[in-house]
Amino acid sequence: MKSPVSIAPATQRSRLHPKSRFSVVDQERWLGPLLIGPAVLYIFLLVGVPFVMALYYSVSNTTMGGGTMGFVGLRNFTNVIGTPKFQTALKNTITFGLISQVLILLLSNALALSLQANFPGKRLIRFLILLPWVAPISIGTIAWLWIFDSTYSVLNWMLRLAGLIQGQGYMWLGLPHLAMGSIIAVHIWRQLPLATVILLAGYGSIPQDIHDAAAVDGAGFWRHFFQVTLPLILPISLVALLFGLIFTFTDIVIIYNLTRGGPFDTTQVLASLAFYTGIAGGDLAEGAAIALFLFPLLLAVALGFLVIAHRTEVT
Amino acid sequence: MATVETRGVKKIFGDVVAVNGVDLLTRDGEFLVLLGPSGCGKSTLLRMIAGFEQPTEGELLIGGTVVNDLPPRARKIAMVFQSYALYPHMTVYKNIAFPLKAQGIARALIPQKVEWAASLFGIGHLLERKPRELSGGERQRVALARALVREPAVFLLDEPLSNLDAQLRASARDELQQFQRRIGTTTIYVTHDQVEAMGLGDRIVVMKSGVVRQIGTPQDIYDEPADTFVAGFVGSPPMNLVRHRDYILGFRPEDFHPKNTVSGSAKAPTFKFNVTRVEYLGADRLIYGTLIGDFSDQKVIARLPATVTVVIEPGTAYDFTVPENEVRFFDISTELRIRHRPI
Amino acid sequence: MVERIKIWGARSTRIGILGGLTVFFAFPFVWMLITAFKRTADLYDLKHNPFLFYELPTLEHIERLFYETLYGQWLLNTAFVGVLVVLITLALAVPAGYALARLTGNWGAKLGIGIFLTYLVPPTLLFIPLSRVVVNLHLDDSLWSLVLVYPSFTVPFSAWLMMGFFKAIPKDVEEAAMIDGCSRLGAFIKVVVPISLSGILTVAIFSFTLVMQEFVYAVTFISSVRNLTVGVGVPTFLVHGDVYFWGSLMAGCFIASVPVAILYNFFVDRFIAGFTMGAIK
Repeated sequence: MKSPVSIAPATQRSRLHPKSRFSVVDQERWLGPLLIGPAVLYIFLLVGVPFVMALYYSVSNTTMGGGTMGFVGLRNFTNVIGTPKFQTALKNTITFGLISQVLILLLSNALALSLQANFPGKRLIRFLILLPWVAPISIGTIAWLWIFDSTYSVLNWMLRLAGLIQGQGYMWLGLPHLAMGSIIAVHIWRQLPLATVILLAGYGSIPQDIHDAAAVDGAGFWRHFFQVTLPLILPISLVALLFGLIFTFTDIVIIYNLTRGGPFDTTQVLASLAFYTGIAGGDLAEGAAIALFLFPLLLAVALGFLVIAHRTEVT
Repeated sequence: MATVETRGVKKIFGDVVAVNGVDLLTRDGEFLVLLGPSGCGKSTLLRMIAGFEQPTEGELLIGGTVVNDLPPRARKIAMVFQSYALYPHMTVYKNIAFPLKAQGIARALIPQKVEWAASLFGIGHLLERKPRELSGGERQRVALARALVREPAVFLLDEPLSNLDAQLRASARDELQQFQRRIGTTTIYVTHDQVEAMGLGDRIVVMKSGVVRQIGTPQDIYDEPADTFVAGFVGSPPMNLVRHRDYILGFRPEDFHPKNTVSGSAKAPTFKFNVTRVEYLGADRLIYGTLIGDFSDQKVIARLPATVTVVIEPGTAYDFTVPENEVRFFDISTELRIRHRPI
Repeated sequence: MVERIKIWGARSTRIGILGGLTVFFAFPFVWMLITAFKRTADLYDLKHNPFLFYELPTLEHIERLFYETLYGQWLLNTAFVGVLVVLITLALAVPAGYALARLTGNWGAKLGIGIFLTYLVPPTLLFIPLSRVVVNLHLDDSLWSLVLVYPSFTVPFSAWLMMGFFKAIPKDVEEAAMIDGCSRLGAFIKVVVPISLSGILTVAIFSFTLVMQEFVYAVTFISSVRNLTVGVGVPTFLVHGDVYFWGSLMAGCFIASVPVAILYNFFVDRFIAGFTMGAIK
């Protein structure tokens, strides 16, 4: 900073730029809507409008062939509510959802905790853990179909080897309760990776200082976990849980590919029932009505989460 | 004339009044410091001058032209941010060249301007590096070079030294001041550090709660504070303020000496000082204690230079005094400076 | 001594959980790989150990997959749809994410949540009306129907992710660019986008995997075998009536899942970072 400085004379320096008034690209009032507009429009057209259409279908008598679109009030809903198929589907939707989420919550925490320490091969393990989630759902499900195959199940072979069963082995997908268990298992297989990775991020965001303070204060393992770690990762766990519930409640793919809703419609859920009724069965109106039952369920879940999330200061 | 003027500028965010009517006029080429605690509105004011916030009321003028409607790029200003805000994906050369390109300067002229700016700050050898490869001090110089290269009418600096460690800060302050003197561009500098402000500013604007409390040279601010806030904010340790009858007395720690060390002190007011703690700081001693008697247990601090060798023991009461013309008086309710009163 | 036992116990629990679950996750893929290379006779012999090769490994299933089925065509279809949808998604979600991160005050936060809530309207509800729309637009049985509809679920999440990435960039770099002579938009294009390139790449890969995953719309809109995507083709058309050609089926599954997983693995850290930034900030 020792060399002499030459700066243009004062007059030239202080002349302001003649051009460049505020234009549209500066006005933040306009730029914001401009940038977000296309996305919002797209979503509105492809989600909002069909949603309203679905509402209309559910109170009409539309079929796949086109035909009439007359208003029939709540007939579709009343027709369908009484049927055993519907009630099983409703029951299944809730049971599958709750059981799988509870297990995922427990296992993902256990897994995330186990991954806290560094050990050789961690990156490889992380890769393997992510596999079920990255693989397309249908692909992963087909693999399980093969594993659960009634004749050639490798699972049965292993159980036989371990001496746990005799003879033919289980018909994993052929008996109602086994089929339900299989479906839940595949749901867990699919979602546990994502839940774990999200939790890992949550654990990672807790500053080491806090763990150190708890150690100094004398907290044992369980107290440390429940009273220090858990509250701090609660917001992010809730987000993961929300996603998980939405996915489990609305999933068709696993059921379609694993059991087709069988045996004898015992593993149908609302989503798959809506599909079979509406598309395969051609009755769009009734299919829409069934699908719409999902919506209040999901809305309640989401609102519940938003309330809890707000309380724990998330968004 | 590249002066900056604000007329009645206010900024309200929802319920919060960040800036509550500020009138300022810089002198051409001066180094003006905006000083105040966090939340006083100094950064908001700077951002309004830069064009990142729109004033709720009032006018901003640069070089005599109203700039309220002009975007930042049209105001002929340059800014150095607290974090330096260097473009991480560009080399130092490209960082410095960016403003020139963005303003449409001819391609052929760019290299010589960049080299000129880089050489001013001695960073010519760093031109091919990326910001993450530089030290804090080097980054600061790149930020300054980038600000200078466009030859702006006004420099705005937002606490640019707070990210440097203490050692570096003092030398950086020195360089900054010399540099500004040499190029003579009007500079507005925001800081909460009163030592920095006193060291750098031609004039200091002391702000609190969105309002200007006093504008003046460092000497003015220090010797003739306009209110108790300014008196307490500037100076380390701050001015002693004691309530007495219906007014507030103020005196600086360095004027507060044991009576027996001050000659001709018979006429000066006597304070009974009960010492609680003594800090040895090398060049000075800081004496902490309370006043007893008329002044009912108010805490005060005295600063004795090392040349005053009288023994001061904690737990003992001494007679201290202040020269009469160094005592300041403040109104107890408005906290503003008032005329001399009998003690 | 007690401490030693505790540590040893904790460690073995940890290894147990980790080991057990990792096997659970990876097993189907290992099994896919083995099945793909085993000769049919070997595979279907119940007396053979499924994990051992009693005859030499064969490429016949893979050959069958590519030469006798439309698997290769399906892969191309999926890539076609994937690339187009990624481009559309980026074009819509990147500016939207920026707007959400920087340019909106109150209504922005609400709009952000609103966009996110569109996930509550699942494909399993929308596919019914959308199937009619697709027919009316004469896009039935065409891959273009998927290109049209897929962004409806890639865009919300991608915008959310981009918002997270953009929020992580300090504001003052943009402000410096504005002082230096850019408009807001200019600062976005010249400074913010280059800095967040890895985030954008993450979103692109993530959207692509979403496309590969999609099943419901594809199975509803597409009817002819030629036009299927790989996610639908494999489970539905590699099955002839009751006969499953498991060897080819598993080969098809493996090829459709593992390579993408490897690619994805490189980006998962950034993905999670963006995810948490959007959710927690």
